[in-house]
Amino acid sequence: MVENIEAEIMALMQRYNPEGKPIGRTTEIGADLNIDSVAAMDLIMEIEDKFDIDIPMNQVGELRTIGDLIDLAAGVLQKT
Amino acid sequence: MAIDIFDKYASIEDRHRALLGIGGDPFGVKVDRIISATEALIDGRHTILVGTNNYLGLTFQPECVAAAKAALDTDGTGTTGSRIANGTYDRHTSLEAAFARFFNRQKAIVFTTGYQANLATICGLAGPDDFILADADSHASIWDGTRLSPAETVVFRHNDPEHLDRRLTRLEGKGQCKLVIVEGLYSMLGDTAPLAEFVEVKKKHGAWLMVDEAHSFGVYGAHGRGVAEAQGVEEDVDFIVGTFSKSLGASGGFAVANHPKFDLLRLASRPYMFSASPSPATMASVAEALHQIELRPELRTRIWANAEQLHSGLAALGFHLSAPLSPIIAIRMPDEATAVMAWNRLIESGVYVNLALPGGTPNGACLLRCSVSAAHEPAQIATVLGRFAALASELDSRRQAA
Repeated sequence: MVENIEAEIMALMQRYNPEGKPIGRTTEIGADLNIDSVAAMDLIMEIEDKFDIDIPMNQVGELRTIGDLIDLAAGVLQKT
Repeated sequence: MAIDIFDKYASIEDRHRALLGIGGDPFGVKVDRIISATEALIDGRHTILVGTNNYLGLTFQPECVAAAKAALDTDGTGTTGSRIANGTYDRHTSLEAAFARFFNRQKAIVFTTGYQANLATICGLAGPDDFILADADSHASIWDGTRLSPAETVVFRHNDPEHLDRRLTRLEGKGQCKLVIVEGLYSMLGDTAPLAEFVEVKKKHGAWLMVDEAHSFGVYGAHGRGVAEAQGVEEDVDFIVGTFSKSLGASGGFAVANHPKFDLLRLASRPYMFSASPSPATMASVAEALHQIELRPELRTRIWANAEQLHSGLAALGFHLSAPLSPIIAIRMPDEATAVMAWNRLIESGVYVNLALPGGTPNGACLLRCSVSAAHEPAQIATVLGRFAALASELDSRRQAA
């Protein structure tokens, strides 16, 4: 599962990238993709449902890049 | 060169500048003079207010004003500190007793702002080994309360008890207490929570339920106790939070509960412990406003009639409304530029509504948000609808030209 998470999240991110910008681990969720805090919550819930995990909101505020998001989700998945 | 401390806000600044390029500042409206609960002079223009959340129109209620004036004379302008440092006045105690009585609950605590009521209640209730489960459309004060709490916060889909159920199932056996937080009436779209279904889920999992009735207090339920009363589930709602700044016409907040140890929040919740307590004039006007709500059920009859007039009128004009009938009527605009243009047309024609844009709205919605008051006259709403009709035809011709 953990191995898949990067690819799965990258695929998911395409839906939050309507302008089709090139994205990667260093892409900034807020600054580059213009995802505000409300939309970020939807994204988090999608990831949670997909992998059947709980991502604590307390840690979401610190996310900047897609890489941060992947690492956070992978960390939670590993613990479960 | 050193980095400017405000550089981090460059994108906010750019967005605001673009907004100002279209017209007035929707987020910095200057009220020259407030005339009544429903009218103000804005930019020298006589304006009908349809975005103040002054649901029962009590801000100029003579009894409330008189009570506040009398309190100024007897108790002075402020308490100058928190209750743990400067003491509890008779007014604090009697206002809390009045809220407890109003809600038929054992306990009530008042706060200095509605925002603080949520911060204090949430971070006071949810500790390090607890979980908070919050509706995705929650108000900023709820999110900020979760940030002050050491509990882990998990989000569930808006108004989706089944999703909450799944979340709680996943958390089975983890942590100690689970605090579920929902609102009665959601402030942006004007939709209400299916509280009876949430109650079923919380009982199934042995969780605690807090309902923020900021926008529904005074308006919903046979006695104005909110959506929990309207849906007949008050007994299963553990904590109700509300504000003085909408139906009660002042500023401040409250929380009520039946838990015998609720008062422990006074010794454990930092937003309560370290904020100056509500001022005497505020408490006096709120106590009187609470009395007015009990005394005058016709206020609720009137606000619902006004809501119906505006809601059906806007629907007839072809506007896309975001929820069934409520005192909050949010019109969906196709995009931010149209929403800003429409907001400007309305303010220029003497109608004040709220502009609500993504960041502050769910699902990236761009909204013209109206809220009606019991103090609106049907003729004022008819005038407002006339101005919306002009806007509708302008939007139509723009659409056709595009």
